[in-house]
Amino acid sequence: MHPVIALVAQRFVLGLLLLFAASALIFAGTMILPGDVAQSILGQSATPEALENMRRELGLNEPALQRYFSWLFNALQGDLGTALTNGRDIAESISKRLGNTLFLAFWAALISVPLAIFLGLLAVRYKDRWPDKLISAVTLASISIPEFLIGYVLMFFISVRLGWFPSVAMVNDSMSILERLNAIALPVTVLTLVVLAHMMRMTRAAILNVMQSAYIETAELKGLSSFKVIYRHAFPNAIAPIVNVVMLNLAYLVVGVVVIEVVFVYPGMGQYLVDHVSKRDVPVVQACGLIFAAVYIGLNMLADIISILANPRLRHPK
Amino acid sequence: MKNIPISAQIGLFFTGIYFFMAIFAPLIAPYGVGEIVGDVWEPASSSYLLGTDNIGRDLLSRMIYGGRTTIFIATAGTLLSFVIGSILGFFAAVVGGWADQLLSRFVDLIMSIPTLIFALVVLSVMPVTIPILIVVMGLLDSTRVYRLARAVAVDISVMEYVEAARLRGEKTGWIIFREILPNALSPLIAEMGLRFIFMVLFVSTLSFLGLGVQPPEADWGGIVKENKEGIVYGIPAALIPAFAIATLAISVNLVADWVLNRTTSLKGGRG
Repeated sequence: MHPVIALVAQRFVLGLLLLFAASALIFAGTMILPGDVAQSILGQSATPEALENMRRELGLNEPALQRYFSWLFNALQGDLGTALTNGRDIAESISKRLGNTLFLAFWAALISVPLAIFLGLLAVRYKDRWPDKLISAVTLASISIPEFLIGYVLMFFISVRLGWFPSVAMVNDSMSILERLNAIALPVTVLTLVVLAHMMRMTRAAILNVMQSAYIETAELKGLSSFKVIYRHAFPNAIAPIVNVVMLNLAYLVVGVVVIEVVFVYPGMGQYLVDHVSKRDVPVVQACGLIFAAVYIGLNMLADIISILANPRLRHPK
Repeated sequence: MKNIPISAQIGLFFTGIYFFMAIFAPLIAPYGVGEIVGDVWEPASSSYLLGTDNIGRDLLSRMIYGGRTTIFIATAGTLLSFVIGSILGFFAAVVGGWADQLLSRFVDLIMSIPTLIFALVVLSVMPVTIPILIVVMGLLDSTRVYRLARAVAVDISVMEYVEAARLRGEKTGWIIFREILPNALSPLIAEMGLRFIFMVLFVSTLSFLGLGVQPPEADWGGIVKENKEGIVYGIPAALIPAFAIATLAISVNLVADWVLNRTTSLKGGRG
């Protein structure tokens, strides 16, 4: 077998193993407390009958290992159980919200990725001059600012003061694509700002690392213009690290979405999760946790696989 | 003091002010934390310097008490994560073998789940109280400290003086606390600032989502949550605590940046 295929297959299996272990951890995470899950869901004043009913509903009378495997097996078949609070099928409630969340994340990624790579290149081109310094100052500030602050500042100034975009991002089935885009303009902007700084900084570091190689010096000594050196010689070699950066930030985006959805009242997965955490609806929380973890682990795995594929040394073994 | 760059001086100054206000909150705050003193969302005036909040409490007093809660939780969480993370990290590096493998793979596993998501999963079945918040946040964050501590300690544990201590027959505890710890301290302290910021943002995010500090207790994230409805009517009360979080985080970052530069620019990393 070709060594690249072997490597990719190995990463894939590792990712699946990790996901399996993560599902066990998420399941265990809701079981580790010293008391009784049913008690903490219903509160101290619950009657013994209600507790017994809740235990039966959650299957708490069976051993934990058996519960875990039946939960995992059902989840693999698309059956995530029913919510405790309203008795609805979780998979059905999630599918539409997951679509909404991915819609939001997709547009944020579409804008932030090219922008971050371009600004990263700019920072390298003008290294140690004002564009570079400005970019690092903005980066430092943006890592320190909570997502919801950016959200509310934009909401306050752009939608309330200027009235350009709606302040809450309500979407429904009857809206056209343009109406939807108008509704999510502000959340997409916030998400872009949140990941942009990280991506820019990491792109800059990746390209600077390549710029110190000998072949770049050769290209410079040949008399090529500095943009051409970056574009023709540095960039192709920096693709693997940059793809890594992009994927890591997309994974970060998936988590950032949780807070932003709450800020803009957007009907997505994050809001669904947060609502049901405060209602102590354990099956929903487990299902959402599993999906978020799967997306996160999946993107990290994809980053690994792409950087293997992008490495010519691995593609053409001696 | 002269050698401190201007950015770090600014950072130190503001960090100092925030900590001072947190420690002496009852002496500084003009009103009580839950005291209803005026109308809903009054604008800033001479008696209420930042105006009033969503049910007419003085916003400045709530900000001061809120800062106390936020800073206390973040500090306690950071200390917990450092104690657990660094001891386990040093232990893994010194002992090595299967103990190291076991700990490191377990930490990899925890880090494969986004921190916020895992915290939400755990908090869905836990009673949300301040001690539990500190423990959950501290344990989750100790994975990052573990990685750093282990990496630093692996480098130190191959030094001659550690070898000498081993040959002398010192026990693992001595090697960790008397040989590794003093030499690993400065990179760990530089990291502490960054972890503290992470904790501040983390607890504020949890409170903002309604899953952190519970009312009537105030903390910055919670104050944002209480006043967020005002934004739509053009009342900026929710922006003030969010702004406080950002300035505290930036000032600590400036200090941490300076400490980091100072420790890495000196050869051998001892400052």
